[in-house]
Amino acid sequence: MQVSTDQVWEWLGAVPDPEIPVISVVDLGIVRDVRWDDDTLKVTVTPTYSGCPATAIISMDIETALRDNGIDDLRIETSIAPAWTTEWLSDKGRAKLEEYGIAPPQPAGGPERCPRCGSKAVEKVSQFGSTPCKAHWRCTDCLEPFDYFKCI
Amino acid sequence: MDRDEAFLQFLLRMGDNTLILGHCVSEWCGHAPVLEEDIALANTALDMIGQTQMWLGLAGEIDGGKSADDIAFLRDAWDFRNVLLVEVPNGDFGRTLMRQFLFDAWHLIMLGRLMKSSDERVAAIAAKASKEVTYHLERSGDTVVGLGDGTDESHDRMQQALDYLWPYVGEMFSSDDVDAEMVAAGIAPNPADLRDEYDALVGRVLTAATLTIPESRFAHKGGRDGRMHTEHLGHLLTQMQWLQRAYPGATW
Repeated sequence: MQVSTDQVWEWLGAVPDPEIPVISVVDLGIVRDVRWDDDTLKVTVTPTYSGCPATAIISMDIETALRDNGIDDLRIETSIAPAWTTEWLSDKGRAKLEEYGIAPPQPAGGPERCPRCGSKAVEKVSQFGSTPCKAHWRCTDCLEPFDYFKCI
Repeated sequence: MDRDEAFLQFLLRMGDNTLILGHCVSEWCGHAPVLEEDIALANTALDMIGQTQMWLGLAGEIDGGKSADDIAFLRDAWDFRNVLLVEVPNGDFGRTLMRQFLFDAWHLIMLGRLMKSSDERVAAIAAKASKEVTYHLERSGDTVVGLGDGTDESHDRMQQALDYLWPYVGEMFSSDDVDAEMVAAGIAPNPADLRDEYDALVGRVLTAATLTIPESRFAHKGGRDGRMHTEHLGHLLTQMQWLQRAYPGATW
């Protein structure tokens, strides 16, 4: 018997992002579709950045998680259109990012506040950070550096 | 030239530009003046290699089912279709960023046009890449202004970089039969039509950087049609392709 796609989404909601393990691949908004094609489960994934090395690991983690839940016949497809946007980050994902110390993306193009002390006195150190999806900022009140999840 | 052949050439031009520039920029990994710049350069290179996978992946699909890796690692210099600008050596940090800026400005304008391509695969790659390149241009433009309008030494070095690289700009706007075929098919714009927008953008940034654009419009050509690359490309390929040449078929 086929499990429901709702059940599959729930399982995927427990698969952590390999580089930011505090959020799941579903929170990140990169799982675009889950559906049954006869007896094959098709999961469509979109990359965050075209060269992000985590993309291959994410597909592998998704496959492993689903196989562990008894799904043997599955296919993971990559789709680049529509292009991933940080608007697909779930509210839960945004809250978890901030709690973890990464300022969530803002349309204004910079962090709203320091994820550690909440101060709005922040400055950019570098447009790039430890992964393609982040930039490097600093709080001028508590003086701590922090990652900002770039808005794209 | 039929349309399929022209389409393949077009895809190789796009993919080889990002492949060769991505490789050059990645040479900075571990060598940049400060850690933040090292990370920024490595991330930029990574984006470009990712874009290469999309362009050359599509090229391989229409070229008898080759992979992007086959195309990147198993061709010789004369088969590459990148513009000469992206194969000139890195030089100092300033020249690397000037080259990046001169390329990013063209790249972003080009991708903006390609997002409206009649070929939906091309439009999808352009939409994806455009988001990344917007960011690259913001950074390379800011850095060119920061260094150009910086100390006497940084200003002089940026002016030297601009003088050296400017003769390589014109090739990005040259047109041939491949472009005519792509224009007719609605797949890609005529590169010559991008020049005004490019000059306006680059002029604005270079003015803010207190740099002077050379008057001569002389342009080195021969990369995008593969007629004559610089000697630098062959040297670059000996490094980039070494593993596949020494151990054919090796995989990670």
